[in-house]
Amino acid sequence: MAKKRIVIAVYVENKYGVLTRVTSMFTRRGFNIDTLAVGETEIPEYSRITISMSVDEIEQKQIIDQLNKLYNVRKVEVIDDEMGIRRELLLLKVKNNPETRSDVKDCVEAFRAKIVDYNAESLCLELTGDTNKINAMIDNMKPFGIIELCRTGVVAIERGPEGILSK
Amino acid sequence: MILKGAEIVVKTLIEQNIKTIFGYPGGTVIDIYDQLLKHSDEIEHVLSAHEQGAAHAADGYARASGDIGVVLATSGPGATNLVTGIATAYLDSIPLLAITGNVGTSMIGKDSFQEIDITGVTLPITKHNFLVHSVEELADTIRLAIKIAKSGRPGPVLVDIPKDVQQKLTEYVPAAPVEIEPLKTASDADVDAAVEMIAKATRPYIYLGGGAVRSGAGELIQELAEKIDGVMGASMMGLSEVPVTNPRFLGMQGMHGHYASSIAMAEADLIIAAGVRFSDRATGNTFKFSTGATKIHVDLDTSEFGKNIAVDLSVDADISDFLTKVIAKLDQKKNEAWMVRVDTLKKQEKSYDDPNFLPMLAVKAASDITTADTRCVTDVGQHQMWAAQHYDFTEKRTWISSGGLGTMGFGMGAAIGAAYGSGKRSVLFTGDGSFAMNMNELATAVTYNVPLTIVLLNNGVLGMVRQWQTLFYDKKYSNTVLQRKTDFVKFAEAMGAKGYKATNIEEFKAAFADAYSQEGPTLIDLTIDKDEMVLPMVPAGGTFDKIIVERSDK
Repeated sequence: MAKKRIVIAVYVENKYGVLTRVTSMFTRRGFNIDTLAVGETEIPEYSRITISMSVDEIEQKQIIDQLNKLYNVRKVEVIDDEMGIRRELLLLKVKNNPETRSDVKDCVEAFRAKIVDYNAESLCLELTGDTNKINAMIDNMKPFGIIELCRTGVVAIERGPEGILSK
Repeated sequence: MILKGAEIVVKTLIEQNIKTIFGYPGGTVIDIYDQLLKHSDEIEHVLSAHEQGAAHAADGYARASGDIGVVLATSGPGATNLVTGIATAYLDSIPLLAITGNVGTSMIGKDSFQEIDITGVTLPITKHNFLVHSVEELADTIRLAIKIAKSGRPGPVLVDIPKDVQQKLTEYVPAAPVEIEPLKTASDADVDAAVEMIAKATRPYIYLGGGAVRSGAGELIQELAEKIDGVMGASMMGLSEVPVTNPRFLGMQGMHGHYASSIAMAEADLIIAAGVRFSDRATGNTFKFSTGATKIHVDLDTSEFGKNIAVDLSVDADISDFLTKVIAKLDQKKNEAWMVRVDTLKKQEKSYDDPNFLPMLAVKAASDITTADTRCVTDVGQHQMWAAQHYDFTEKRTWISSGGLGTMGFGMGAAIGAAYGSGKRSVLFTGDGSFAMNMNELATAVTYNVPLTIVLLNNGVLGMVRQWQTLFYDKKYSNTVLQRKTDFVKFAEAMGAKGYKATNIEEFKAAFADAYSQEGPTLIDLTIDKDEMVLPMVPAGGTFDKIIVERSDK
């Protein structure tokens, strides 16, 4: 069956050990997570775990049912393809060579990224965007010599007035 | 009233109608044991020989009674010794409360003596677990643990209580026994869809599992079978929910199921699966499993729908509720051709029986002598399948066996627990391999004079693995021949139980009649041939048309 990349938002109780319970389910059932982001939400008692992964239809149903069985999980929702806004944050440290500096800066401008640190040997840039944009930026930076990079993994929210919890 | 945490643990269990618990003391549960002594007229504690035995006993208690089983162990090795017992209960969806002590909260994370992260260890094998951080949340945590364990699809829940939490004081307010979450009910749309599928079917087969036992749906299932003129078969976990005396009941299906039951399932045009999970031992090759049948799947756990087998209608509801509603809407059906076919299959099955097959004769002889309410408990291996095939179950919850995990060593603890849970005598079918894993618990059975008869089918080999080696590994018997010199009769006597030796069916019948009439634990060592096989057999991942019914060398 064809696999497709999906983003799942999981509201969980903001308690000790809950993240482990959620990730342990994926390990136990043999599912592979691409990215995972966790943070506080509009409700202090809940955290939101955003997971992106490639699955087929049967796997998607299985993951959602298994997540719903976990005691600390309050709400599970697959972010709609059409309605979803997905973003990642990239921090990337690249070599600062006089010969390539202007190329790097052109790229930063084209991607509407920001330079957040600058010194004689390196510069650090910050970029927000969907996964494709982040990947493209990284590819562009490779020839200039990437020293280090980190990315947050996808967070996502749906357009429109409704929140996931009220769905 | 202001009480210490340890006393709150015991008072909460008593308040929740827990009458019996199984366990083993140690450094971090001394405070709780101190309170168990103080309250011993209100709650009984059964001391096992090993924590694993206590966990299986709590499990056996739950299976026999339908209520929750409770086990108590100390931190570190006490807690890790529970792991196999908890996993066994998890795979078979048995409500179990495991309480462990742990080192004091200030000592946690320091690799203190007998410290282990048992909530971490048991994460994938519990329905949920708790580490209790403060004495104020202790009573409610235990109540919630019981509620989670018993609600919906049941399962084990572990509560880990640090020693300082047990020693601190707080106000204890008694509460009523917790009520489980209301079970989901079947929607009209699902009921109507099912009724329509049933109306079209001419070869219906009702497939019941552990969920049917949990729902107590036996009567409704028989009523449905009658009304749709169909037959019934069970997964191993569904045994004893429907009496074998019902001619529509074809017995266990699957890898070692009854011939008629497995073939009827393969030929059915409608399978109504009630509380099963389509385990690989039941289905064989999932891609070729009953491809011609429309499938209705009723379960309380939606994650079971489509997990192993794609179904046409999934009903997220309590089985009894669903069946009640469906039966009310059905007209009496007649499927004469199907009944004729099933009769032919039954006759064929009979023709495969070897009338001199000693394991079968022994199980049948025991089954004839025991009362209907006797709990038939097993370990895991060939003896387990022979008991599943040939024991005549007529009352509910009389079959107690480790299904999903297939835990050798389950039997002794479970049989003790089952005797407590039912108030009746247990008969344990075991083998020399499984029995040796936890035979220490015979000491427990003797101490408490547990009404238990052990039938040890002794073939000197690890028979089930040997059978696979015979059939699929070129008769290379790697490490399955037990070159032991154990005298099980002397062992039984040394432990304080009565032992019997039998080498043929007449000796066995006489020994069993005497052993079964005793008050306390008895053991019969029955010698059987090392090359006996469990048949029929659908090889792992195979299809029902490749069923092996007879030994090729006979």
